[in-house]
Amino acid sequence: MLHGYLPAILEGLSMTLRVAALSLLIACGFGLAGAVAKLSDSRAARLVADVYTTLIRGLPELVLMLIIFYGGQIAINNAAERWGYGYIDIDPFIAGTVTMGFISGAYLTETFRGAILAIPKGQIEAGHAFGLSRFDVLTRITLPQMVRHAIPGFANNWLVMVKATALVSIIGLDDMVHRAGLASAATREPFTFYTAIAAIYLAITTVSILALHALEKRYSLGVRKAEL
Amino acid sequence: MDWAVIRESLPLYVDGLRVTLMLLAVSITAGFALSVPLAMARVSPRPWLSKPVWLYTYVIRGTPLLVQLYMIYFGLAQFPAVRESFMWPMLKSAWFCAWFAFAMNTTAYTTEIFAGALRATPSGEIEAARSLGMSPFAIYRRILWPGALRRALPQYGNEVVMMMHATAIASAVSIVELTRVARDVYSNHLLPVEAFGTVAIFYFVLTFAFVGGFKLLERRYLRHLRPKSADTSRDGLPVASARPA
Repeated sequence: MLHGYLPAILEGLSMTLRVAALSLLIACGFGLAGAVAKLSDSRAARLVADVYTTLIRGLPELVLMLIIFYGGQIAINNAAERWGYGYIDIDPFIAGTVTMGFISGAYLTETFRGAILAIPKGQIEAGHAFGLSRFDVLTRITLPQMVRHAIPGFANNWLVMVKATALVSIIGLDDMVHRAGLASAATREPFTFYTAIAAIYLAITTVSILALHALEKRYSLGVRKAEL
Repeated sequence: MDWAVIRESLPLYVDGLRVTLMLLAVSITAGFALSVPLAMARVSPRPWLSKPVWLYTYVIRGTPLLVQLYMIYFGLAQFPAVRESFMWPMLKSAWFCAWFAFAMNTTAYTTEIFAGALRATPSGEIEAARSLGMSPFAIYRRILWPGALRRALPQYGNEVVMMMHATAIASAVSIVELTRVARDVYSNHLLPVEAFGTVAIFYFVLTFAFVGGFKLLERRYLRHLRPKSADTSRDGLPVASARPA
């Protein structure tokens, strides 16, 4: 199938999935930190988080990726030079995932912030009334209940991110799109290969939607719904 | 910072800006024109009308724009029938392919936005229109669309900004729009901060211009929905919107 290029494409798929999964993890970190900062009492934390989300959401993903990839390379090497290290070559995998996570984190910040705000205030007040520390309130009351409200937005962000991983091929990562390009050049059948990877992306989307649907159900177990 | 490089290449950026705006304008216009009938088909009770549109939006929204663009720009040349057809001079040009891919892409998102807004029409409005003896066409023209387009405005604004950002992808097929200019300036001078920082400012200004413009439109057309107290949570910047329904 695919002139014997299927294994090569599937290797590319594994790279795409690794980038997406790791980026998601990083994005959740940035997103949670951003949401907590945006809702905190500290004016400085709020300002930093606001600048972060405004900057990221005001720019195209590709441009951010190029800035962080090329700019980051220079910044790190300038720092390395100052402290007397040799030239450091940034791995495009790390650059790609960190960049994607950083970008997606800004969008997730808004999702998580909205989800935290959707939790009834009484829940948090009750936690404080029982003498839980702020950290305990966050990890035992706010975050677990936030998940249910965050799932739809989270699903959107994940789907946007999976598709955005196609862009890492532009900064030289050997992902599915790059593999399809190589196979197209060798066989002169670009349509076949780009259609094949489009189908794979569609499959990822479909599976993600089904999985997130199940997850939404699981986290809504405690919510009463009127049956008609 | 090497200001001389920035000053020197500024005219290139302005040219790139023109190309970016042109690409955006033609894609959004085509997307809007196609989405109006497609959204009506999407909400139709007849499955032979609504299902194909559902499939179209599902497939387009489930695959990356970059791959769609590659399929059209690199892919179509695979078929001799395409290369020999009268369309070839057009399909050969990166500009036409980018426009086509972008228009197809934004049509899918816009169709879903409009369909959602149409579905959200209160049933009483439609019943009232029917009881007055309006034809289906008149109901669409006088009741459904005026309300739906208003309701769709915030999400539509989001889609326009997202599309503006997506035009950066045209740089991958060597269209010299803003991002391509930045990439060229970078490879000529190897100054990433100058090259990409400048283009970032351009995109930033564009984003806020569009966000501000749509806010004005919302103030004008969604007057009746203005809350008494200011809602500060919506700053109008783009939010992720990809979930195929």
